[in-house]
Amino acid sequence: MIREHLPVLQVVLSLVAAPLCLLLTRAVWAWLLAFIVSVAALLISIVLLREVYTGEVISYAIGGWAAPWGIEYRVDAVNAFILIIVTAISVVALMFAKTSVAQEVAGDKQGLFYTAWLLCLTGLLGIAVTGDAFNLFVFLEISSLSSYVLIGLGQDRRALTASFQYLVMGTIGATFILIGIGLLYMVTGTLNMMDLAARLAVLGDSRTVQTALAFLTVGIGLKLALFPLHLWLPNAYTYAPSAVTVFMAATATKVAVYMLLRFLFQVFDASFTFGAMPLGGFLAVLAAVGILSTSTVSIFQDNVKRMLAYSSVAQVGYMVLGISLVSSAGLTAALLHLFNHALMKGTLFLALGCVAYRLGSVRLGAIAGLGQRMPWTMAAFLVGALSLIGIPLTAGFVSKWYLILAAVERGWWPLVVVIVAGSLLAIIYVWRVVEMAYLRPPPEKLSVTEAPLSLLLPTWLLAGANVYFGIDTQFSVGMARQAAALLIGSSG
Amino acid sequence: MDLLGLYNYWIVILLMMMGFYVVIASGHLVKKLIGLNLFQASVFILYISMGTVDGGAAPILRSGVGVFSNPLPHVLILTAIVVGVATTALGLALVVRIKEAYGSVEEEDIHRQDDSL
Repeated sequence: MIREHLPVLQVVLSLVAAPLCLLLTRAVWAWLLAFIVSVAALLISIVLLREVYTGEVISYAIGGWAAPWGIEYRVDAVNAFILIIVTAISVVALMFAKTSVAQEVAGDKQGLFYTAWLLCLTGLLGIAVTGDAFNLFVFLEISSLSSYVLIGLGQDRRALTASFQYLVMGTIGATFILIGIGLLYMVTGTLNMMDLAARLAVLGDSRTVQTALAFLTVGIGLKLALFPLHLWLPNAYTYAPSAVTVFMAATATKVAVYMLLRFLFQVFDASFTFGAMPLGGFLAVLAAVGILSTSTVSIFQDNVKRMLAYSSVAQVGYMVLGISLVSSAGLTAALLHLFNHALMKGTLFLALGCVAYRLGSVRLGAIAGLGQRMPWTMAAFLVGALSLIGIPLTAGFVSKWYLILAAVERGWWPLVVVIVAGSLLAIIYVWRVVEMAYLRPPPEKLSVTEAPLSLLLPTWLLAGANVYFGIDTQFSVGMARQAAALLIGSSG
Repeated sequence: MDLLGLYNYWIVILLMMMGFYVVIASGHLVKKLIGLNLFQASVFILYISMGTVDGGAAPILRSGVGVFSNPLPHVLILTAIVVGVATTALGLALVVRIKEAYGSVEEEDIHRQDDSL
C-alpha cells in the first residue's frame, strides 16, 4: 500500500522532518534525524529506480486530483537517475557533516543547519520528482532559500556577502523561470509538463513561446552557473561550510541540468528548441568558451576550494556541450558526466574538507608536504583529481570518452579539441596541488595528523565509487542511455 | 490605440526594467533588495493581467453572471508573493549580518575591506 505513495513520500519525508529537526535541541539528535531521513530517501529512490528501470513511468496524482488539473508527480528513467544522485550524495555528505559541522558551525546553530539541509534536500528532490511546472518553481525557491542560509553559515565573513550575491542572482534566475512558466501558461492554459508538451506541439511557434523559451533558458542558466552566468558560484562554494560545498557542488547544479533537459527536450520539442530556435549552436559556443576560460582561471587560484569551484563551472560546460549536440549519444554523455561529476567533485571537496578540518585553511601554500602528513586524505584527493582529468579506469574517463565520441559522431571536431584542451588545463591546475602536497617538504613545526575516521570514511566511499564506476559502467552508462533515449524519443 | 490597450503589460515591462536597473546600478544592499522586490512585483502583475477574461466578472459564484476571470493565476501568484516575502526577509537578515561584520552596507566599502563582492 505504501509502495504506490513512494513518489510523494520522497519529498514529504524530508519536508516534515525539517521542522521536527528544529525542535530537537541537541545538535547530535538533529544530525541523526537528518541522516535517517536521507537514508530513507535514498532507499525510496532505489525502489523507484528499480520500478522505472524497465522503462515504466510512474505517475502519481497528489490528493487524488487527476493529472492536467491536479499536481502530478512523475518518475521516469531521467529523474529516477537524478533522485539517486541527490539522495546518495546527501547521505555521504551528512556522514561527513557530523564531525565537520561540529567544528565549523557554532553549537547553537547546528540544529538550524540541519533544518536548512533537509529543506534544501526537499527542494532538490521536489524539482526532480514533480511533473508540474509551477510546482517546480516552488521547489526551486525552497532549495534556493535554504541553500542561501547554508552558505551564509560559513565561518568567514565573506560567506555572508557570497550568500547575498547568490541570493540576488538566484532570485533573478528563479523569477526569469517564473516569467517563462507564466508565458507558457498564457498560451496553453496548463501547467502540467506533459500537457504543456502536447498543447505546444499543436499550437506551434509563436512570439510568446519563443520568449518563454528565452526566459526559461536564461533563468535555468543562472541556476546552472552556465558561463557567463556563473559569477555567484566561486564565492558561494569557497566560503560555504565544507559539507555544504560537497552537497551543493554534487547536487544543486545537477538538478539545474535536469531542469534544462526537461524543458528543452520534453516541454518544448527538440525540433523547436534546436531547429526553429538556434539554441544548439548558442549553448555549444557558451559551453566551449566556458570550459576554456574557467579552466584557465582555475590555474591562477591560490585557494584550492576556489580553484575547484571554477573547475565546476567548466564541468557544467561539458554537460551543456553534450546537450547542445542534440543526439542520443550527446545526451548520454551529458547525463553520464552529470553522474560522474557528482562523484569526482564530491570526492575532491570531501578531501578538502578533511584538510580544512585539520589545518583550518585550504590555501595552496598551507598544504605543502601534506602527502606525508595526511596520506589517506591526499590519496583520496588524488583519485578525485585523476577522475577530474579523465584518466582511464576512473569515472571521469568514461564520460569524457562518451562526450568525445558524441562530438565525433556529429563531426564537430572543434568541440573535440575543446574537450581535450579542457582536460589538459585540468592537468595543470590539479598538478599545482599534487606538486605542493607530494613534492614539497612539510614545514618543520607543522604537527598535523591524519583526519579522523569519521571524515575519511565518506571521503573514501566516494573515491572508491570513482574507481568502481570507472571500471563497471553497466549501471551508469545503462541509466544514462535509457534516460537519453526517453528524452530524445519524446521529442520525436 | 491598440498599443495602449495593453497598458498592463507596459507597466510590467517598465517596473521590471526599473527593478532590474536598481539591482544592478545601486551599491546599497538594501536598495538592491528593493529593486529585486520591484522586479518580482512586475511578474505578479504579469500573472494577474493574464488571468483577465474579456467581460469577465470577479471569480465569485453569483446568480446572473456567466463569464468569470480566471482565478488560477491569482492563486499561483499568492504562492509567488510568499516566496518573495521569504526572499526579502532572508536578504534583509543577511544585510544585518553583513552590517555587523563589515560596519557598512555599501558595496564599495565592503569591497575595500574584502575583495569578495
